[in-house]
Amino acid sequence: MRLLINKIVLGLCSLAALVGLVFLGWILTTLIIKGTEALSPYIFTNDLINNGIRNLLVGQFMLAGIATVFGIPIGIMAGIYLQEYGNGTKYAEFIRDLSDIMISAPSIVIGTFVYAIIVIPTGHTSGWAGIFALFIMMLPIVVRATDDMLSLVPTELREAGIAIGAPKYHVITHIILRAAKVGIVTGLILAFARVVGETAPLLYTSGSSVYWSHDLSETFPSITVSIYNLATMPDEKMVQLAWAAALVLTFAVLLLNLLGRFVIREKHH
Amino acid sequence: MKDFNNIMEIQDFSFTYPKSQNPALRNVTLPIRENHITALIGPSGCGKSTLLRSMNRIHDIYKGCQYQGQIKLKAEDGTASNILDIQKENGFIKLRQKVGMIFQKPTPFPMSIYENIAYGLRISGIKSRYNIEEIVESSLREAALWDEVKDRLHQDARRLSGGQQQRLCIARVVALKPELMLLDEPTSALDPISTGAIEEMILQLKEHYSIAIVTHNMLQASRISDYTGFMYLGDLVEFNETDTIFLNPEKEQTDRYITGKFG
Repeated sequence: MRLLINKIVLGLCSLAALVGLVFLGWILTTLIIKGTEALSPYIFTNDLINNGIRNLLVGQFMLAGIATVFGIPIGIMAGIYLQEYGNGTKYAEFIRDLSDIMISAPSIVIGTFVYAIIVIPTGHTSGWAGIFALFIMMLPIVVRATDDMLSLVPTELREAGIAIGAPKYHVITHIILRAAKVGIVTGLILAFARVVGETAPLLYTSGSSVYWSHDLSETFPSITVSIYNLATMPDEKMVQLAWAAALVLTFAVLLLNLLGRFVIREKHH
Repeated sequence: MKDFNNIMEIQDFSFTYPKSQNPALRNVTLPIRENHITALIGPSGCGKSTLLRSMNRIHDIYKGCQYQGQIKLKAEDGTASNILDIQKENGFIKLRQKVGMIFQKPTPFPMSIYENIAYGLRISGIKSRYNIEEIVESSLREAALWDEVKDRLHQDARRLSGGQQQRLCIARVVALKPELMLLDEPTSALDPISTGAIEEMILQLKEHYSIAIVTHNMLQASRISDYTGFMYLGDLVEFNETDTIFLNPEKEQTDRYITGKFG
């Protein structure tokens, strides 16, 4: 009887795992089949106005990249505060809880918030508004990653640094951060991968543009927003281009995730 | 007690951990003799590590520790100052360069063997590359590690074996030419061969340094130390020359611990 239950439970769990895999496989297969139709070197060298996705890709990575440039130092410093200076204080606990809540905040809420405080007052969508929305999304992820990785550094290492007469800030910057480096870098790559594929925070903030643009104070090209726009167009060509863009974005994010994992694995060898 | 040369004198010292009602150490009075090895023994929780960690005030990383009494450290000019009066970070940094500490678990910094030693030197204000190279070599020799690592000074220190890592940590402290070295169960995480190597090294270091060592291992205390303090539940029960403590202790409690009747 017990053996039978054992087999049933095993069977059900395997089935459940299979359901997940089937859908993942389905999504990837559909993407590849539909996406490759419009996929060609042409779309990488032309902007959306000429039925390409060059400006969209560059724009998306610029938005996420600049958000990261601001998000990383502020997030890492906040993480250092939580673990190395404020640990155990009520203020730090409050910030930590708040940051955990922010991680699970629906991204459309963040998009709407930025719409209300930047887009409405300035009167138009802009690259900076999109960057700000992605920055808000990214910040708690970086804070959490830094906080977690620093908590794994043994206390003895901090004490050893202090015990040879190093000032605390020096122990943090030269010893603790170095010991946690691999974990933090992985967290940063995954945080970037997370925001680079976001649509909702950009929908009302950066918008998207069919033209090549460097001007962040204007509506800015975004691949995710454009996929959303193109997919609902009646023109079959445009829908195919949306599939191709989705395929490219998926593989870019997949590569970033693999890179993050690769960094971890390097450490253990 | 006669007028000995003491590097440190602990007088009527009590210590209470943050958020604790009861003191972890009560009215401890104990000298640390210059150029000798003083061992602190006692069962777990007796306060021996707490006492050792008070001697360079590493406790102060955590807020809310309470000290009473005095811990006097002899300066080079022969005067003594109470280290419990130190308030500012600068004072702590100077104290910890004079009173170095080695921990139970080896704690190599995440950098090369060379940098592990050079790091503390640069912090203490030695900038000349030539000087640093010279001290790195001499301190690795003093820690009996030079021959094993001289060809790979720029390798990551975390790749060394546990025993080698611990000797590197000792070299790191020796490099700063401390007046007193504190060893907190330095061999309890190591195998017998590494332990032997480290004990031998400690005996060598005695010629130039004063050493205080906390150990769980009574045989180790009897092998290497000149003086021994036996502690129990926050009190220093007995302090004397090691031979006296082990062969002819005054207190019955000491005798029972030494002979393994409790602990």
